[in-house]
Amino acid sequence: MEVEHLWGIFFISLHAMVPITLAAIGETIEESAGLFNIGLEGMLLISALTGALGAEYTGSAVGGLLVGLSTGAVLGLVFGVINTYWKGDQLITGVGINLFALGFVAFMLVNLGAPGFHTVPRDVQIKLIPLGVGALSPLVLVTVAMAFVVYWLLHRTQLGIRIKAVGENPAAADVAGISVNAVRLGTAIAAGALVGLAGAYLSVDWFGAVTKEVSAGRGFIALATVVFSGLNPLLALVGGFIFGFFDGFATWVATYPKIKEIIPWQFVAMAPYIVTLLVVAGVIGRVRFPKALGTPYFRE
Amino acid sequence: MHWAQSFRKYLTPITESALAGVIGLAIGAVIMLGYGYDPGAAYVSLFKGSFGSIFSWAESLANATPLILTALTFAIAMRGGLFNIGAEGQLYIGALAAVSVSLIHLPYPLHLIVALLAAMVGGMLWSLPVAILKLTRGVHEVISTIMFNWIAHFFAFYMIANVLTDPMRGEKTISIAETSRFARMLPGSSLNYGIVVAVIAALLVLFLLWRTTAGFELRVAGHNPESAHYAGISRRKQVLRAFLIGGVLAGLAGAVQVMGRPPTYALVTGMSQVVDLGFDGIAVAMIGRNHPIGIIFAAIFFGGLMVGGRIMQFSPGVPLELVRVIEGVIILALAVPELKRIFHFVRSKFVWRRASNGS
Repeated sequence: MEVEHLWGIFFISLHAMVPITLAAIGETIEESAGLFNIGLEGMLLISALTGALGAEYTGSAVGGLLVGLSTGAVLGLVFGVINTYWKGDQLITGVGINLFALGFVAFMLVNLGAPGFHTVPRDVQIKLIPLGVGALSPLVLVTVAMAFVVYWLLHRTQLGIRIKAVGENPAAADVAGISVNAVRLGTAIAAGALVGLAGAYLSVDWFGAVTKEVSAGRGFIALATVVFSGLNPLLALVGGFIFGFFDGFATWVATYPKIKEIIPWQFVAMAPYIVTLLVVAGVIGRVRFPKALGTPYFRE
Repeated sequence: MHWAQSFRKYLTPITESALAGVIGLAIGAVIMLGYGYDPGAAYVSLFKGSFGSIFSWAESLANATPLILTALTFAIAMRGGLFNIGAEGQLYIGALAAVSVSLIHLPYPLHLIVALLAAMVGGMLWSLPVAILKLTRGVHEVISTIMFNWIAHFFAFYMIANVLTDPMRGEKTISIAETSRFARMLPGSSLNYGIVVAVIAALLVLFLLWRTTAGFELRVAGHNPESAHYAGISRRKQVLRAFLIGGVLAGLAGAVQVMGRPPTYALVTGMSQVVDLGFDGIAVAMIGRNHPIGIIFAAIFFGGLMVGGRIMQFSPGVPLELVRVIEGVIILALAVPELKRIFHFVRSKFVWRRASNGS
């Protein structure tokens, strides 16, 4: 195998890492505060669509990313309100968001005239940074920076301590004068914004198109990455890269002539999901999650 | 008095589900208005298309058949405190197993029974690793079931394209043998005796949950894990029970869909006739309040939405996908316990007003 192939796989892995890690970092923020959101998949899907439309409407790729980010934040707000002030069921809310997204995106794609598929014009896609050995999306750098920022935020600031207090022991946090619901709602919105950015990246940057299945389980792989990372954003970067590698590897193998004939593409396409299962099964014993994860807070 | 009491017990969940349904349809109408469709015309055509004639009733019931089974998969796990969203993948495996049985030749009732059994075993085996991963490695079922769904998705694509392919028509699998098909109940419609299988399954689950020790243990484990632990109820047994029975039911859902639905009696490339039935089943289970009887009614409602949605797509031209948007909103509405309070508030106002009018 030649060196440029290795670089090729490395770059594909980095690009495949972005949506998984961004979504995982978002989920890390809200899980630290005690919210378990399985609606990431649907949020990715919707913001991939709105991001694409936003890019076309504003005529700029950055505009598209911002529209996707805002969409995610709004969905985060909905999830947050239902599961803080309204004491909803977090798992069911997540399923609701996923089903809604499935229908909404398909509905919108039909309205756009092309059932199941919508391409983003090349001039409103994110421009890649040309490097000697390949082209890199600036979002890769944003993702890496985000991991460090959120790590610092959660572990080195007053706000981070508050977020973790709300996730570990909401009653004690409440007594200490922290508004449990407000903190949780804030984390849900921040998480939504990151997931929205990840979604917009799929359409405005990586694939340059929206389909009904553009998220392809990445929201759930992001959930698995959170488990793998044990709520550490820096490890989410590593986890995202591992899953990204298999994701990208599958795409690469599926198009590589010699391998394509030996292994059917369907089996290669399974790889990211099988690896996710194996990795999660391998690490889970040592991971400890916030005590109040998944439960609404009732003041006694 | 006994009847009145039990009726009152069921009244609240029924009104809650109905209220969520109304909210779903209302938001659906708002979205239609936003895109320049006429919601009135759309809903008239939707309900005429789903329940307007004997024929549309038959189609709605035919669509309800697999949904009853996938909803039971979710409900039985939910009763045991588990969140099984793996019906989607298990149903693909069930459908593949049912088609595979048509590779061999057997006489009529036997062939059908063998195909059903194969689908049940297939669904169960696809569900087993989820239970094992949860029990031995503590892997949350939300993650593992979704991963298995995607693996099943690509596995099914492989089987359809390479193993079970129809030698005459490459875009589909071989058709289910005549000896292994469910007969139609109404000529010219899709309604077939598969629905009997679904209803029997619902009644069996009802019996299991409320008339057997196993069902009691499962419900206690789901309702209050701590008491279940002190009562000596084995968690391991409950997890295995919920996932294995769930797998059997989802496998059956895949089987009745390919063995009963005309005209192809086969899986086509892209699996359009089975895709998303597992996820729709989650919605059906929630609206049916994870109760087998509630599920039957909720499945008919959803089956109707699916049939009517297709009609709506023709006459006012509203995309069929809107039905799933409505579904999502209904689920979100059901996730909110606050809704119950709002409902009680409205009802108490209404009752108060009526009382004051009367005086």
